[in-house]
Amino acid sequence: MVLGVGDVYKALADPTRRAILDELAERDEQTLFELCARLISKHDLASSRQAVSQHLDVLEDAGLVTTRREGRYKFHHLDRRPLQRLAGRWLQLSEDREDHRDQCPGR
Amino acid sequence: MKITVTSVLVDDQAKALSFYTDVLGFQKKTDVSVGEHRWLTVVSPEVPDGVELLLEPDEHPAAKSYKAALAEDGIPLASFGVDDVASEYERLRGLGVRFTQEPTAMGPVTTAVLDDTCGNLIQIAQQTTP
Repeated sequence: MVLGVGDVYKALADPTRRAILDELAERDEQTLFELCARLISKHDLASSRQAVSQHLDVLEDAGLVTTRREGRYKFHHLDRRPLQRLAGRWLQLSEDREDHRDQCPGR
Repeated sequence: MKITVTSVLVDDQAKALSFYTDVLGFQKKTDVSVGEHRWLTVVSPEVPDGVELLLEPDEHPAAKSYKAALAEDGIPLASFGVDDVASEYERLRGLGVRFTQEPTAMGPVTTAVLDDTCGNLIQIAQQTTP
């Protein structure tokens, strides 16, 4: 599946989702339980488990989070590649600009 | 009213007894045959007359899906107090225990979450502020 960078902007627009990325950047591979506990204790974000789960779905749709099943457990992993592409669009001006244009699937 | 017994639902009582005693370090308190299962409890050696933990069979049809759903999201079924989460984590890892959460400061407590091999996640917690 090809994801447009627009999805990344939308995913990053929400402070709770940015806090989730902060926590995954600090420690990758977390369960939903650990992420919820970190949001409450470190960010004072008392989102319900369902709400955090929905935020994770948005981040996953944007390609920023992937999930890995190991046995009975599900772990969340931060994928930095969409952010690198996003930063490269403006920061790597000497690079081939064609690579950094918006990818608009279906258009 | 007092809390005297609480329980975890286990897939195999013999395996659970071995894990909760040999690995976690609790001691057997009561072991009585009840039909095809046992009324099987353990206590902490630090509080031998304290709350008993019943290692209860998870044979009810709803129990397995309940346990699976909690495990998938990493949610522990019980929480036990320890003096030092970091040293317990090292000790238990040395015994081959699988953790889904490494020791992490969560406000007034530091916690870690381990797999009890019987289908449950168990949290260990250390109070870091009085």
